[in-house]
Amino acid sequence: MAKAFTPGLTVSARTTYRARRVLPIDGSVTVKQGEAVGADTVVAQTFMEGDAFPIKVANMLAAQPKDLPGLMLRQVGEAVRKDEPIARSKGIFGMMKTEVKSSADGTIESVSDSTGMVIVRGPKQPIAVTAYVAGTVVEVLPGEGAVIENTVALVQGIFGVGGEAHGPIAMACKAASEELDADDITPDMKGTVVVGGARMTAAAIKKAKDVGAAAIVSGGIDDQDLRDFLGHDIGVAVTGSERMGITLIITEGFGEIAMAERTFALLSGHAGRVASVNGATQIRAGVMRPEIVVPLADAAAAGQGSGPAMSAGGATAGVLEIGTSVRVIRDPHFGVIGTVTALPEQPAVLGSGSKARVLEVAAAGGQRLMVPRANVELIDG
Amino acid sequence: MTAPHAASATTPHAKTPPAPERIQVIVATDCGSTTTKAILIELVDGHYRQTQRGEAPTTVEAPFADVTLGVTNSVTELQELSGRRLIADDGTVIRRTSLSDPNGCDVYISTSSAGGGLQMMVAGVVRQMTAESAKRAALGAGAIVMDTIAANDHRKPHEQIQRIRELRPDMVLLSGGTDGGDQKKVVELAELIAPAKPRPRFGGEYQLPVIFAGNKDAAPAVERVFGAGFDLSIVPNLRPTLEQENLGPARDRIHDVFLEHVMAHAPGYDKLISWADAPIMPTPGAVGDILQTIAKKRGINALGVDIGGATTDVFSVFDGVFNRTVSANLGMSYSISNVCAEATMPRIMRWVHLSMDERELRNRVKNKMIRPTTIPQTLEALVFEQAVAREALRLSFEQHKAFATTLKGVQQQRTVGDAFSQQAGGGTLVNAMKLDLLVASGGVLSHAPRMEQTALMLIDSFEPEGFTELAKDSIFMMPHLGVLASVHPDAAMEVFEKDCLIYLGTCVAPRGQGKAGKPCFAWELRGAKAARGTMACGEMQLVPLAHDEQCEMTVTPEKGFDMGAGPGKPVTRTVRGGTVGLVLDARGRAIEVPDAEAERRATIQKWLTALHVYE
Repeated sequence: MAKAFTPGLTVSARTTYRARRVLPIDGSVTVKQGEAVGADTVVAQTFMEGDAFPIKVANMLAAQPKDLPGLMLRQVGEAVRKDEPIARSKGIFGMMKTEVKSSADGTIESVSDSTGMVIVRGPKQPIAVTAYVAGTVVEVLPGEGAVIENTVALVQGIFGVGGEAHGPIAMACKAASEELDADDITPDMKGTVVVGGARMTAAAIKKAKDVGAAAIVSGGIDDQDLRDFLGHDIGVAVTGSERMGITLIITEGFGEIAMAERTFALLSGHAGRVASVNGATQIRAGVMRPEIVVPLADAAAAGQGSGPAMSAGGATAGVLEIGTSVRVIRDPHFGVIGTVTALPEQPAVLGSGSKARVLEVAAAGGQRLMVPRANVELIDG
Repeated sequence: MTAPHAASATTPHAKTPPAPERIQVIVATDCGSTTTKAILIELVDGHYRQTQRGEAPTTVEAPFADVTLGVTNSVTELQELSGRRLIADDGTVIRRTSLSDPNGCDVYISTSSAGGGLQMMVAGVVRQMTAESAKRAALGAGAIVMDTIAANDHRKPHEQIQRIRELRPDMVLLSGGTDGGDQKKVVELAELIAPAKPRPRFGGEYQLPVIFAGNKDAAPAVERVFGAGFDLSIVPNLRPTLEQENLGPARDRIHDVFLEHVMAHAPGYDKLISWADAPIMPTPGAVGDILQTIAKKRGINALGVDIGGATTDVFSVFDGVFNRTVSANLGMSYSISNVCAEATMPRIMRWVHLSMDERELRNRVKNKMIRPTTIPQTLEALVFEQAVAREALRLSFEQHKAFATTLKGVQQQRTVGDAFSQQAGGGTLVNAMKLDLLVASGGVLSHAPRMEQTALMLIDSFEPEGFTELAKDSIFMMPHLGVLASVHPDAAMEVFEKDCLIYLGTCVAPRGQGKAGKPCFAWELRGAKAARGTMACGEMQLVPLAHDEQCEMTVTPEKGFDMGAGPGKPVTRTVRGGTVGLVLDARGRAIEVPDAEAERRATIQKWLTALHVYE
């Protein structure tokens, strides 16, 4: 067999990118088809049902649940304010009456005569969805949101923390193999997407956060530095909801590892251009990788990209064949980039003693390596 | 509102499988999250044997969005390997018209965990009692329990509502109160769940199924609370009295709802249900069924473990009582980093005999987490992964022991003989000394390059005592056999014994602790092999005994060591060999590893050498 399917991360100089931006629940769409939008433009908004606050009113009044409806000062559907009395006991001979106050602003949703519980529903909470990537609205999803399209340069990272952000690309390192340290971060990087080379150090992360950078993109990170930054260890790779004030994306992996030259060259070629980034990573069925999206054209040029349209967060898979560029993604050759020179059909015995299908990689330095097929990924977009 | 379903033992499945004597050719599939595995079982010379296996990618996700395509593909592989035509032109599984028909099968059955399996939320009034019984019912039915809500779970009511809102379960199991007891608390729970309006995963017009298995007198009030927007079923109380647990009706209803709602909304499952001759079972539910069947048939206590990339399932049958736990986030790829965080690195490294740099290892762990499909290429990487596996298994087993207990909150009837016993309700049912059979499955155990590695990982993690047979599921066939047991129990048992299990051997290990080098036990083998010897504390030894060989073995422990008959008392048992043989383990229980680095590595090396683990 001369071919096999293997996963890979997209690094594309030019592609059509579509972002499907939808609300979690139905709402109203605020943009029209064909409209040009910026990353910050709100495309849809709605109000989410408020929190429910249960209050054991009958207990608090020392009354029977069945008597509760007669003791309510506010009825189902009526608005109440926090600390406003909502029920009152009859007291003894009309004296020593006890009152129960609402624990929140909201509306009385239900009064139970079997348990004596009252539910106060809090005020609705506004939710808005922005375009995330500058482009054109190519489809309106009635009641849900919109699809934004643009021609972009796209880089998928391997892992990230923090959510969506955007800002101009600021190159902090001169080479892909250069470590990103605190000295490389300057105050003018406020609001930017800082691009480093190899590992980002703990000091660099701290300084970038201090100067107000929107995000850092670099080759690797040390696990210990990430733990120190987050204040906890990441057990399962489901990220994106961290609120650390900065988004971090690594393109290659954990440890001392240089960014792939191609990725570095692509990003540095767009220095100064605004990029939208998202650190959200989900490594589960339906994998989602972090991404750096650089719109190449203004909205009018949207839809003129080459190749198939890419959707936000999706993973890719491609054909592995002789001549394909791959990256080794596991020790002992972790990070080595090379070209496939052989795809032996028969399984080989590995150093571990396991039998597995392997391939031969010609590394950049000319060295030939035998690597399990499971331990490489494609690096062409 | 949908009319609540009455308790029913019937399933929504219309088909009736043929009588066992009419079954000679069986096709079974297991639709996993990533792979659909098919096996062919045939009656050969009067014995049921698994003859072929095939697999194909599962096709639940887009662009295929039809699970039956993966089924057709995997069964087509069986067809090609067996030469028997099994797939019709329209892609369905062919049934034979007569027992002499050379094509088709007599019965087609399937299990499924595709699309994330069955995800449930359970609720009960008291966390340690009805809520725990509800959790047992859900886990026993093969579900993933996303959260357990209880009146006393230390969360404020609005926090509970918030949590319920965040979850998107396939169904909710609500229990609480004994029959004739307090109604108010369980109705209050219903009043928390209903306004939270949990949205089911499949959205749309799908009404969230709620199964009520609590105080029967509270059922009308619960029905009123849920009103429109929920599909409520009422089944007999799963804890009718404090002393009694009645999980059967709730489990049956979970299976029915799984078929009627969850699977019916998953792509292609309506077709799959119509193809199959028996109800589709959730994969872990089927594994639990086969383990119960074998434990009952052989009259033994058995424990099974399935360690995956994200989770580890532990199943046990002790004294006829079945329990299952799912340790979410204890697994070997997606969850490997979590294992390291929970177990801590020093505990993992205690199993490693090679010198390794901790900082580098931590980065490697994270790299495995973000690229979960990679495999160890070097011996060093394998040793480390197997060390992580030991801790993942140990932690899962700890969780299982804490969950598989006698009923809590039950007043114990004591006799004078019990006067000095500290045992109260809620004691674990899991007893390492009483364990007869330990079955392993899951990548790191099943695909270890050497069987000795699998055996030692099991022994180090589960610390079996006395005599314990060790086995592994050859090709992860237990789910198929579990569902087969519902149609043809004898065929399922025969294939289980002959083809499913690969016996590794027997572990012989006394309970107790002693100083390294001091005598621990003497042993003698008679029968297929005659041999004798002594073991000193801290030693391990491998005695070859083939898988088809059995011997009488007498073990005489030293004072302070127990083989099941009491300290110092000899025990004679028939022991079974296997691909590894007899493992004599005099390390004591619990297994202790020296703290000093050099001594620890030397000790581990000694054990590995004795068992030829990495040779």
